[in-house]
Amino acid sequence: MKAKQRPVSPFMIGPYYKPQLTSIMSITHRASGVFLSVIGAPLLLWWLFAVSSGPEAYGAMLECMGGLLGKLAVAVTVLCLSFHMLNGIRHLVWDTGRALDIKSAYTAGTMVLIGTVVLTAIMLGVLL
Amino acid sequence: MSMTNPLAKARGLGSAKEGVHHWYAQRASALLLLVLIGWLFYAMVKLAGADYSAARDFIAWPVNAAFLIMLIVTMLYHAMLGLQVVIEDYVHHPVLEVVFFFITRAGAYFGMALGIINVLKLALGA
Repeated sequence: MKAKQRPVSPFMIGPYYKPQLTSIMSITHRASGVFLSVIGAPLLLWWLFAVSSGPEAYGAMLECMGGLLGKLAVAVTVLCLSFHMLNGIRHLVWDTGRALDIKSAYTAGTMVLIGTVVLTAIMLGVLL
Repeated sequence: MSMTNPLAKARGLGSAKEGVHHWYAQRASALLLLVLIGWLFYAMVKLAGADYSAARDFIAWPVNAAFLIMLIVTMLYHAMLGLQVVIEDYVHHPVLEVVFFFITRAGAYFGMALGIINVLKLALGA
C-alpha cells in the first residue's frame, strides 16, 4: 500500500515564514550552544592543558591563539558565550512563567542583543 | 479514568519518577553557570596577555582552582544535556541517535576528567 502524501507543516526556517526576532534568537541560542560545546569548551581545556604542561606548551598555545584562526576562534567563542549567557537569562525568566507576552519577548530580546554586542566588544578589546 | 494522582501528573512524574529531571537539571546547571561564567570573564580579563607563571599561579590558588573545576564539570554537564536535546530533535535514525548520545557523553566525561586532573596538577604543585 502506498503511503498517502499528506501535507506537512512548513519548517520554521525557510521561505514560508517571515523571519522574526524571536525565532531567529531561538535557533541562534541552539547554534551558539553547539558551538560552545564543540569549540569553546575544548578551547578552555586546551588552555588549561597548556598551562599545566609547562612554559613551552603555554607559549605554543599563545602563538596559535595569536594567529588569524586562533583569534577567530576566540572571537566567535566570546560572542557565542555572551549571547548564550544573556539569552539564557531571558529563558530562565520565561521558565518562571514571567514576561511571556509578545511585547516583553521582543523588549528582552532587544536588550539581550545590545548586551551581547557591548559585552563581546569589551571582552574582545581586552583579549585581542 | 486516570489512576494517577493529579499532583503527580502536574509534576510530570511517570512510573520512573524522573519525568522533569532533564528539564530541571538543564536549568539548575544554567543558574550555576551564570556565577561560574561571571568568574570566567573575570579570569579572562585578569589573565589576558599574562605570562606563564602568572597563569600558573592564578590557577594554583585554591579558590580559583575550585571555581575552575566547578566550571568545567557544570559546563560540560550542561553541554551534554543540551546536545542530547539537539540530537533528539534532528537525528531521526535510531541507531545513529544512540551513537551520538554515546559520543556526546563519553566526550563530556573525558573533558571533565582531563580538566580536573590538570587543575589538580597545578593546584597541588606538581
